[in-house]
Amino acid sequence: MRITVTVDGMDYGDEVEPRTLLVHYLRERLGKTGTVVGCDTSNCGACTVHLDGHSVKSCAVLAVQANGREVTTIEGLARDGQLHPVQEAFHQNHALQCGFCTPGMIMQAIDLLADNPDPDEDQVRHGLEGNLCRCTGYQNIVNAVRDAAHRMSPGAGPDAERVDETKLVGRTPMHAGGGE
Amino acid sequence: MTATAEPEVGRARHRKEDARLITGATRWTDNMQLTGMLHMALLRSPVAHARITSIDVTEAVKMPGVLMALTGQDVAAEQGSLPCVWPITEDMLAPPAPSLAVDRVNFAGEAVALVVARSAAEAHDALSAIDVDYEDLPVVLDMERAIEDGADLVHPDLGSNKSATWVFDSAEAGTGSDVDAAIADAEVLVERTFRQQRLIPAFMEPRSVVVDPSPDSVTMWSSTQVPHILRWMLSATLGIPEQRIRVIAPDVGGGFGGKLQVTPEEVLTMLVARRIGKPVKWTETRTESMLSGHHGRDQVQRLTIAARRDGTVTGLKVDLLADMGAYLRLIAPGVPILGAFVFNGIYKFPAYRFTCTNVFTDKTPTDAYRGAGRPEATFGIERMMDELAAELGVDPLDLRRRNWIRHEEFPFDTVTGLTYDSGDYEAATDRATELFGYDALRREQAERRANGDTVQLGIGISTYTEMCGWAPSRVLGALRYAAGGWETAAIRMLPTGKVELVTGTSPHGQGHETAWSQIVADRLGVPFEDVEVLHGDTRISHRGLDSYGSRSVAVGGVAVALAADKVLAKAHTVAAHLMEVGEDDVEFTAGTFSVRGTSTTMTLGDVVTAANAAHNLPDGMEPGLDADATFDPSSLSFPHGTHLCATEVDTQTGEVKIRSYVCVDDVGKVVNPVIVEGQVHGGLAQGIAQALYEEAVHDESGTLTTATFADYLLPSAVDLPHFTTDRTETPALTNPLGVKGVGEAGTIASTPAVVNAIVDAVRHMGVSDVQMPCTPMRVWKAIHHRGDGVPTTPGAGGGLGSVNVDDQAYPRGGAE
Repeated sequence: MRITVTVDGMDYGDEVEPRTLLVHYLRERLGKTGTVVGCDTSNCGACTVHLDGHSVKSCAVLAVQANGREVTTIEGLARDGQLHPVQEAFHQNHALQCGFCTPGMIMQAIDLLADNPDPDEDQVRHGLEGNLCRCTGYQNIVNAVRDAAHRMSPGAGPDAERVDETKLVGRTPMHAGGGE
Repeated sequence: MTATAEPEVGRARHRKEDARLITGATRWTDNMQLTGMLHMALLRSPVAHARITSIDVTEAVKMPGVLMALTGQDVAAEQGSLPCVWPITEDMLAPPAPSLAVDRVNFAGEAVALVVARSAAEAHDALSAIDVDYEDLPVVLDMERAIEDGADLVHPDLGSNKSATWVFDSAEAGTGSDVDAAIADAEVLVERTFRQQRLIPAFMEPRSVVVDPSPDSVTMWSSTQVPHILRWMLSATLGIPEQRIRVIAPDVGGGFGGKLQVTPEEVLTMLVARRIGKPVKWTETRTESMLSGHHGRDQVQRLTIAARRDGTVTGLKVDLLADMGAYLRLIAPGVPILGAFVFNGIYKFPAYRFTCTNVFTDKTPTDAYRGAGRPEATFGIERMMDELAAELGVDPLDLRRRNWIRHEEFPFDTVTGLTYDSGDYEAATDRATELFGYDALRREQAERRANGDTVQLGIGISTYTEMCGWAPSRVLGALRYAAGGWETAAIRMLPTGKVELVTGTSPHGQGHETAWSQIVADRLGVPFEDVEVLHGDTRISHRGLDSYGSRSVAVGGVAVALAADKVLAKAHTVAAHLMEVGEDDVEFTAGTFSVRGTSTTMTLGDVVTAANAAHNLPDGMEPGLDADATFDPSSLSFPHGTHLCATEVDTQTGEVKIRSYVCVDDVGKVVNPVIVEGQVHGGLAQGIAQALYEEAVHDESGTLTTATFADYLLPSAVDLPHFTTDRTETPALTNPLGVKGVGEAGTIASTPAVVNAIVDAVRHMGVSDVQMPCTPMRVWKAIHHRGDGVPTTPGAGGGLGSVNVDDQAYPRGGAE
């Protein structure tokens, strides 16, 4: 089947098998390997992306269901070298260790903050219930999401919307893909 | 060159690694796409024990996109036997461990055939076209029955399900007295049997392997913790010359011991890629991971503690059965043996005997999982200390104080023959009880008991120590481990003054790129940002023993510091030569050499440039300032701490809620407190998960019924409490950084703290144990003295024993 889909601001048109999952289309056809697969049962949330601005588990969506719609992945968050405040908050709060759950966790956190701009700890924990992390025990993730809420809150100023990515470690992150 | 104002070691640096991880630029193995790459899928046995009477792949080969389908017979001559490097006794029984089963399967999930196709989907499709006939054999699941005379055998050729029995006796070793005498003379004796349920490491990144063969050399990318060990073992297993194998561990998404393995899938991907001559990828599904990746824990512990009425412990006897599963994986036999040196904990026990029998069953093989033998031991002793306190009617914290090693008694030779170099159990405990509000919680507990509150409060204590930092090679040799325990680092001083640091450790989430940069920056006075850490590729980091056993900083990090010291020593000589003064007149501070009493200086960068140009070096000196160092520690490291857990137990529903969790850990000197705290958080989560949620359950036919995340309950954010963490700092005396390991401490300490808290909440109702995981059902049954007659179907995260059918065989709370 032929689909057209906008991913991270770019338009794509592709022939896909009807059974192709959105996550496999993103990873294997478009090379959007920032979005990952962690389970077979839609429990882990590692594959979370935004479909028309709302979080979905891209292992639970067929590629054909994204036809004519807009997908945002972790790779589409930082623009013009500026990190999204949630990305910055994850870095500042040591909210990741191995980083495998991180793309999905960040995408879900953004969705959570869109629904509730100032969640308390309990609301953050419930909002992230569908995303599993094996490394952090969640405490710093919860801290990061609440920190991001403050960074994004009204009055935080336009600078809060984007953070200079190059300040992170003094270099521009490289999209090295999987190869050498 | 900029001098660093603030010391780097000890500084709360945010991680270098994060830049790629938060933007989706991470290099996972499964991201690899190589030209002409093919995909492998594995057919796995649905039965636990059977003879394979026939396998027919004819139809599979005809499926779209399929290039090859192979059975065990097809690879029998070349697949070798998967390695086990820890023969714990001379007479240990070890069966051949094929990567692809040849004529028998010994656990459900064992691979029996493979398909290689143009896409992963086509490879998986073709598996359904493979026809296998199995002739069922008796299934061996329960360890206690497996070692009875006349039991059905997992491996009939071996003649027994007992792989090995390993004994440590303090009287025989000369490190203590006779435990039988202590038991015979005991004023108080407490005996308990605990079950360490089977767990699944459940790293978030499923395992993945890509092999790119060429006639000259073969490159394997693998989601592994141990690229160096993997390369060595692939060579040994398959007979490929080691110099022609390159192993790369790119970004690896967690391991927790679960990727400390040489897997059937790595061997098979290598075999088929070489056979076809094209790159081949294998990536597991989560269910495959849970079925076939090694499991952890799974012990039956029979413990006897002898004491005087005043609370002084006089002896401890430990009898273990440890489930190896169907085969002996890489270090599996040694995992329970590590517990032998931890059961005595922080206490001054005069007499001790540890006996462990490793048992084969028709279940997924076990091996290292975070803590590896030490969580089991810590659980055993910390639960026993609470049981003894209850028997004596004293506060469990007071009982521990009576028996622990006082800080002025360090270094202390323990009953196991190890010497604890440093520690301060009083300081950690004082701080923890203060943060916890111990006395106030005890008062509230008394009030709730007096009022008959339906929700009872319990306080759980775990005053643990562990041994980590693997390891002194001599110790490993004495334990019959096949390899050493040193670690290597190499520093390359580049002509511009920047630094490449090559480490033999292999991080998979720990943050070595950040922490090692801090050590280098601190030693050399170069900016943190100027250090690039290289790891995980055997052609870049050619020597190393990888990351596990909380060894990376305590062994590998020390090697980094020693390599930096070598760079500085040479730079010092060169600087003195160039400034035309004696070496004694030169001092080094914050990246700059200066001549005492003058304004003459040279930065390290200038010295590097001069050493590389080599126009004017002392006679006989080699150009360049590169250096490498290998550190083999003289001793293990012994982190310790005090963990306190307050639980609220609903006596009507059995539900357990953690109200407060406080831990004060002492991991020696700290390189990066943010990373250390993160390690503690993650460790706590996994230890608490063992206490409350997780269990790998096999049904009576040996099928793993918890093979998805819907059935195996990894805790989510709502299932875990907020942790209150703090540290005391007693430097290790056995390495120049004063560091101890931290990776496993949280997991080792937390499980008994939680279970002790649950039992403490309802002990007055006649409960002396609740089997893990302490599900509402189990807690309710313990309170209501319902050992049987209640439905025992395991639910999600509510398994009822590793072997469901035998769940009732073990003593449980309320039954005593």
